[in-house]
Amino acid sequence: MAEPLIQFKDVHKSFGDNHVLKGINLEIFRGEITSIIGKSGDGKSVLLKHIIGLIEQDKGLILFEGEPISKMKKAERSRLKEKFAYMFQETALFDSLTVFENIGLPLREKTSLPKKKIKEKVRDKMNQLDLEEIDHVYPSQLSGGMKKRVALARALVTDPEIILFDEPTTGLDPVRKNAVHSMISDYQKRFGFTGVVVSHEIPDIFYISQRVAMLNEGRIIFQGTAEEIKGSTNPTVQQFIQGLESRHDALTGLIPQTQGERRFREEMARMQHHLSAFSIIILTVENLYEINKMAGYEAEQAALKNFADKVRSHLRVTDICSRLGLNKIMLLLPRTNQDEAETLCKDLADKMKSDGLVNIQAFPGFCFSVSAGIAEAEQEKPIEQLVAAAESSKNVFYEFKVC
Amino acid sequence: MESSALAKNPVARIGEKSIFVVRELGRLAIFLLRGAYNIFYFPFQFQKFIEQLYFIGMKSMLVIVLTASFTGMVLGFQGYYTLVQFGSEGVLGTMVALTLIRELGPVLTAIMITGRAGSAMAAEIGIMRISEQIDALETMNINSVRYLFSPRLAAAVISFPLLTALFDAIGIFGGYLSGCLLLGINPGIYFYRVETSVIMEDINGGFIKAVVFAVVVVTICCYQGYYTHLRKTGFGAKGVSFATTSAVVISSVLILATDYVLTSFLM
Repeated sequence: MAEPLIQFKDVHKSFGDNHVLKGINLEIFRGEITSIIGKSGDGKSVLLKHIIGLIEQDKGLILFEGEPISKMKKAERSRLKEKFAYMFQETALFDSLTVFENIGLPLREKTSLPKKKIKEKVRDKMNQLDLEEIDHVYPSQLSGGMKKRVALARALVTDPEIILFDEPTTGLDPVRKNAVHSMISDYQKRFGFTGVVVSHEIPDIFYISQRVAMLNEGRIIFQGTAEEIKGSTNPTVQQFIQGLESRHDALTGLIPQTQGERRFREEMARMQHHLSAFSIIILTVENLYEINKMAGYEAEQAALKNFADKVRSHLRVTDICSRLGLNKIMLLLPRTNQDEAETLCKDLADKMKSDGLVNIQAFPGFCFSVSAGIAEAEQEKPIEQLVAAAESSKNVFYEFKVC
Repeated sequence: MESSALAKNPVARIGEKSIFVVRELGRLAIFLLRGAYNIFYFPFQFQKFIEQLYFIGMKSMLVIVLTASFTGMVLGFQGYYTLVQFGSEGVLGTMVALTLIRELGPVLTAIMITGRAGSAMAAEIGIMRISEQIDALETMNINSVRYLFSPRLAAAVISFPLLTALFDAIGIFGGYLSGCLLLGINPGIYFYRVETSVIMEDINGGFIKAVVFAVVVVTICCYQGYYTHLRKTGFGAKGVSFATTSAVVISSVLILATDYVLTSFLM
């Protein structure tokens, strides 16, 4: 395995009598999004603040590219800090500066760019994050969601290598929450930064992170991929994930991924006992990014929600519809073989096409491009393989546009 | 538990208090040195300096004009009725001018600016501290002491002596209003006395005081705001309110105390 970019080695921190971190061992890898989950008050934010040096550990080491940060010289530390950006839980925008000045501040203070260039860069970031026409507005005049986006713009404006997010979606409604997640994931794919996200949003956070670490009572009790944490046998981890997970995905109203997987295992067991075949269909919205480019992140999420609603309304009662990723929906069809699934998918496509459905008002001619992949379950074939089989078949099957 | 144990053990209590005071003084000194050093550190923060000069200097002018004229007028009255008993009302000009230039000018100017600009500094920086804005500066690798404190310190060192000069001039004119226009002293004698009795050392002494007060006031007020989060009593909004109060109280007391020390050296 590659060398971790940031590594915690037995880090301890106390505030007075309150022993918050009790020996943290954690690895964060380059180019990945690592989520830190855990109960409130367990020290997730404290952990994050250690990375950027806002808080110094009492004991233990924090290594950056294998080198302990505490032993670096001042100039070296300063250079290191320039690679980071931090998005605060309460946004920490400068309330006596306008939105434009807020976003431009790191450039104005830390670079020698000419004014015109700074203006260009700030405007560029504002456009990308749907923040037009609020240049001269002060943070206190903005809604919670807007503030988060301004904070995100300020964090991104210096094109940092590593971004630390402290609960970026707390207090937002499902559409805006998913919009922020989608922004983070989108930017990460485009610019390849390393992200560390402290979050409670389970399972949404699993869709965007490559690695997950769980903090419990001052220790990291689990770290691994999002897939691995779902399979973890640690009772505390399971209890936490299941406890936080709602019965329905907050945005789409579908059942969340982990529950979809549970239903899959149930169907698998049924197949083994009763030899009843079942299939899955994976629907992928291929042009979600285009909607976002035309109408913004929130429109993108709203369109996805409408789409999910429509799919659900056309399914049979026994079919199970769960969310699989940011732009993927998995349909689990009990007692259905491959041929029946194909017919069903064709029907679904016809119905969806004829339905004057996901109308993005500002762009009336725009169509949702959805591809569908189908696969029939086989004995002993785990869900990952089946999903992969369905996805690889999607070109052979249907591609339908919903307008 | 801990505090009751301390109450029972006065020695421990004295020890703890002493450590607290020494630590606080050390932190204050480092804060001042960092701020002063960063004034001269390239690139200069010219725009922020001008903004602060406007806020501390320009915006305090009205308040200084008002206090100076009334102070001068009161000095004119009180001085006249005291001096007339000895038949020496002719030296009113000397009395008013020396009192203002040596003592009242620098002291009252500093106290007035503490009330007007110092409290605002403590509150503004305190709110920035509790809403994590100072942490945000640090995460952007912006030196927060340099960003918040240095321009204010530089602006105060420039504006305090200038405002003191304004105070002195208007105060002398106030003395003329009450002494000459209302009580009938000859204006020629009044201004002659002012001119002959004031020597350059008096003016220099006043200016030295003004510069020292500028450093004291701005350092105390910014320090109280900057370290709001370390207060043992009062968090959040209450913490900021305590910080603002202590900023004004400590600054005012220190102005008078340093005034005494400086006067004894300058005399």
